[in-house]
Amino acid sequence: MTAVAERPRLMKGNEAMADAAIEAGCDAYFGYPITPQAELLERMARRMPELGRVFVQAESEVGAINMALGAAATGAKVLVSTSSPGMSLMAEAMSYMAGSELPIVLINVMRGGPGLGSIGPSQSDYFQATKGHGHGDYRVPVLAPSSISEAVALVADSFELAARYRTPVILLADGIQGQAMEPVMPTFRMPDWDTASWELTGADGREPRVVKSLHLRPEDLEVHNAHLQAKFATITEREVRWAGEQLEDAEVVVVAYGTAARVARTAIERARADGLHVGLFRPITLWPFPSKALAELAPRLRAIVVVELSAGQMVEDVRLAVERVPVFFHGRTGGMVPTPSEVVDRLRVAWALTAPTP
Amino acid sequence: MTMERATILSGFGGQGLLFAGQVLAQAGMLEGKHVSWLPSYGPEMRGGTASCTVIVADRPIGSPVVDRADIVIALNPPSLAKFEGLLAPGGLLVLNDSLIEAVPGRTDLEILRVPCSALAREVGDERVISVIALGAAIARRPIVGEAAVREALGAKGRPEVVDANLRALALGLERGAPVVA
Repeated sequence: MTAVAERPRLMKGNEAMADAAIEAGCDAYFGYPITPQAELLERMARRMPELGRVFVQAESEVGAINMALGAAATGAKVLVSTSSPGMSLMAEAMSYMAGSELPIVLINVMRGGPGLGSIGPSQSDYFQATKGHGHGDYRVPVLAPSSISEAVALVADSFELAARYRTPVILLADGIQGQAMEPVMPTFRMPDWDTASWELTGADGREPRVVKSLHLRPEDLEVHNAHLQAKFATITEREVRWAGEQLEDAEVVVVAYGTAARVARTAIERARADGLHVGLFRPITLWPFPSKALAELAPRLRAIVVVELSAGQMVEDVRLAVERVPVFFHGRTGGMVPTPSEVVDRLRVAWALTAPTP
Repeated sequence: MTMERATILSGFGGQGLLFAGQVLAQAGMLEGKHVSWLPSYGPEMRGGTASCTVIVADRPIGSPVVDRADIVIALNPPSLAKFEGLLAPGGLLVLNDSLIEAVPGRTDLEILRVPCSALAREVGDERVISVIALGAAIARRPIVGEAAVREALGAKGRPEVVDANLRALALGLERGAPVVA
């Protein structure tokens, strides 16, 4: 724990995440500019060389992520950041890194899609982040902050998870979180990072090592996949995170993450002022999804309302997690953000169409 | 009773709106309050319309995007048209009298006309226009104290810039001060 100062600083999300990575001991950053995450790259461009660490603005996102792959194989603590279209370009290398079990942290500051889309905030990369970027049977932990302070904490946590499980980790933010400013307590954290047993640093005096995703014999690849699946099962068992607000007496619960959860919080406050018992269930890990906790909560609810900055992606995981409880959805797309009053309206509909639980 | 106040600052890019919004957020933070600052970050450019939303609250802030505001500062005509409708009944609308001739359609608002552009020329720097408007706004709605705003301004820029901003703040506060009968 390195406490730098005691007073909060007003920080832009992109800059705060960059500082958090630096304080977490990030050795190397690779990226390519794209709105709305450009300030993250800018800050790394300024600070990393000052610290004698590696900063490369690559020729493209494809170049950046493959440089990251190479650096990670040497045991370096690597950060990559981008926004949605750039994430798509990085998909192939994500699959290779998952297969090669290479730890890196990738921050995706989501914008509206598909295609080049808009530069407005979005959560429409949920499927991409949680269900796979590239090909093959793999998952990577996906962490979703809902404030800039939380983003700072989750950057350090992402490095920790990456090293602990030898896996890429995605921190999934959106354009609002990248662009907004909030007070941040500069209590950054340097997590453990031990890659000594597998890193490629030259085989002088020891047996050579191999880091690869190629296993040409199907029998071998199946064994490798079984190992990966066991690891994913362990992550699912141990690393689920979520937060609840006003769940004690809630009859209708909003399930939302990131900026949508912030909008929901305002909507819940207004709905409660009108006598509706509503609460917030906020997944912090999108994979592994907090299915079990939601399933345990569901039987005492009359309805669930999922709010997303998308046409409806996380709502599928919610529906898979719960039985019998009606699941309503409200989303905006393209860079538009649901307003608190839209969410209040949806809560009223859910309330009106469902019966109280006994 | 909890307090949460949303202010929208809007006008031409280059009028210092984002800066004045940051000053407001910084001042709230210095007073130990919860704050958020959110810029419109579309493909804006100097001369185009820009805005930011600042929330100051005494408890954690929900949505950084607002669908109702307590204060709107409009420094050019398009901003008035765009944000007048977001004001809550009884909300404060600060208009740059130097550029806005239009009369707001709503009758349930408190309207404060300040010749921000003309006053900025008095200070000798066009860029302080937003700080003048901010001063006028907090004189009417003290969501943050003058001392905190002065402290926030004092930490930003070269001494001559700080000096111009502090003079601008004083002019704004004077224009916004409620008339004592």
